[in-house]
Amino acid sequence: MTNSTPAHNAEKIDVAYVANLARIQLTADELQTFQTQLTQIVDYVNELKQVDVSAVEPMAYTERIANVLRKDVERRSLDRPVVLASAPAHDNEQFLVPKII
Amino acid sequence: MPAWNELTVHEAKARLDRGDVTSRELVETLLAAIRARDKQVQGYLEVDEADALRQAEAADARRKEKRPGKLLGVPIAVKDLLNVQGQSCRCASRILEGYLSPYDATAIARLRAEGALFVGRANMDEFAMGSTTENSAFKITHNPWDLERVPGGSSGGSGAVVAADEAIAALGSDTGGSVRLPASFCGCVGLKPTYGRISRYGLTAFASSLDQIGPLTKDIRDAALLLQVMAGHDEMDSTSSPAPVPDYEAALRKDIAGMKLGLPKEYFVAGMNREVEQIVQQAIRHCEKLGATIVDVSLPMTPYAVATYYIVACAEASANLARFDGVRYGFRVKDAADPLEMYMRTRAAGFGTEVKRRIILGTYVLSSGYYDAYYIRAQKVRALIRADFEKVFQTCDALLTPVAPTAAFRIGEKTADPLQMYLNDIFTASVNLAGICALSLPCGFTNEGLPVGLQVVGPALGEETILRVGYAYEQTTDWRRRKPERL
Repeated sequence: MTNSTPAHNAEKIDVAYVANLARIQLTADELQTFQTQLTQIVDYVNELKQVDVSAVEPMAYTERIANVLRKDVERRSLDRPVVLASAPAHDNEQFLVPKII
Repeated sequence: MPAWNELTVHEAKARLDRGDVTSRELVETLLAAIRARDKQVQGYLEVDEADALRQAEAADARRKEKRPGKLLGVPIAVKDLLNVQGQSCRCASRILEGYLSPYDATAIARLRAEGALFVGRANMDEFAMGSTTENSAFKITHNPWDLERVPGGSSGGSGAVVAADEAIAALGSDTGGSVRLPASFCGCVGLKPTYGRISRYGLTAFASSLDQIGPLTKDIRDAALLLQVMAGHDEMDSTSSPAPVPDYEAALRKDIAGMKLGLPKEYFVAGMNREVEQIVQQAIRHCEKLGATIVDVSLPMTPYAVATYYIVACAEASANLARFDGVRYGFRVKDAADPLEMYMRTRAAGFGTEVKRRIILGTYVLSSGYYDAYYIRAQKVRALIRADFEKVFQTCDALLTPVAPTAAFRIGEKTADPLQMYLNDIFTASVNLAGICALSLPCGFTNEGLPVGLQVVGPALGEETILRVGYAYEQTTDWRRRKPERL
């Protein structure tokens, strides 16, 4: 695993660096194919630079949405055995993961 | 008289209500059709026959107990990314191997309350990323009209099983055209409701600001019926609309006299297949004969929709799919030395090529140094795309456009070039970015016998209008009666 900084070319995507951020291990073949394809795709989306957006506010959602809050009261959630049933590893109380420290 | 599996939802409901057929008989006929045809079509990932029959018997028992339901005893196929309690929900991905839904999606719960049955997990592009269903980790679905061709995507299994009468109706989801494109390619009706009209709770998230559940059906009335049951506010989805749900069936009338329908000139451009364009133009003239006024309009931001869509959708996908880490559900590689290696290798082995490609693109546009240049800029262009639509809907009731530049193409034809594949969404993605509604309905066939869809686009919460236009067109034409003959 590499922790290199991205190639500082404004337009060129550094696929190895980004794949590491995304926590996806790529094969050498995938790396090569994605480098070509994603460079083409990034070139294509660069056409948005032609649009004058100087007077526009960014839109994350189509409707004006404010935070929706509910009363802070306890509610029934899914039963633990049902939730644990689909996990790859558990001890009937919690999810198990490889040793962290 | 059509075989039971050929019925629409409203026909099946009427026959069940009259006692012409029991739900068990209906489901048995359907399962026989699936056994006979799905070897060729490959529209389903899984069909649990015993469970389907149990559900049917429970519906028949409920009928005897005089507990009615708007969909009592009617089976519906479900795209593999909607949670149905106790069923698998793999999103056509290896990373969700072994996952069983612990709960019902809200849309499913509402259909269930009205007596619907959930029969079959419909194939799809992995995590709904694709336009052909070729990105499923498990199988390629074939178009019932020509088995060498794609059914469209990403809800391609849903479209194919409806067209092949292997389902009465199906559910899909539409993030950039994923209900409308397969509806067009398979010759059925596909509805993409307004953003927030149907709760997304229990719909596996691809791009949360764009995703909507939508029905794929054999006619417009069925789309109205299923929307009626699924629509409405849900406290489990903070983006669901609090707007009251109108009576959609009451909106279905055979006339559209006096309505003003716009033709956005950017949707009728060079590069479109000439036959498809002629078929869509004929449909437009037909609407004019029905009394609608046709006007030319402009949506100037249209050429930027696909680029905007892929930035926004991939950015959101990269965040949403971070939850697939090998810890809580599905697949995990064996013998990882530490959590980081577990994430890296689980996601490498669990995700398919297109999903990896989009997660990487999405991670890139959100990464330090590129966020403003890509993601924020795309959100600004998105605001301009919505403003375009708001402007034309000040003067038009709805818009008429093609769904796609071509009819169904051959399996494998576009898989080598992801960018060409993305351009299939050119006439559909704007609708999701603007958060408005649209439907696709059959409007003719090419000389090769492939269906072509007409897109009717409406403003936010304009479902009654687009259903009315679709119904008037459908009821004065005969396209829906044509069936694939090669099965």
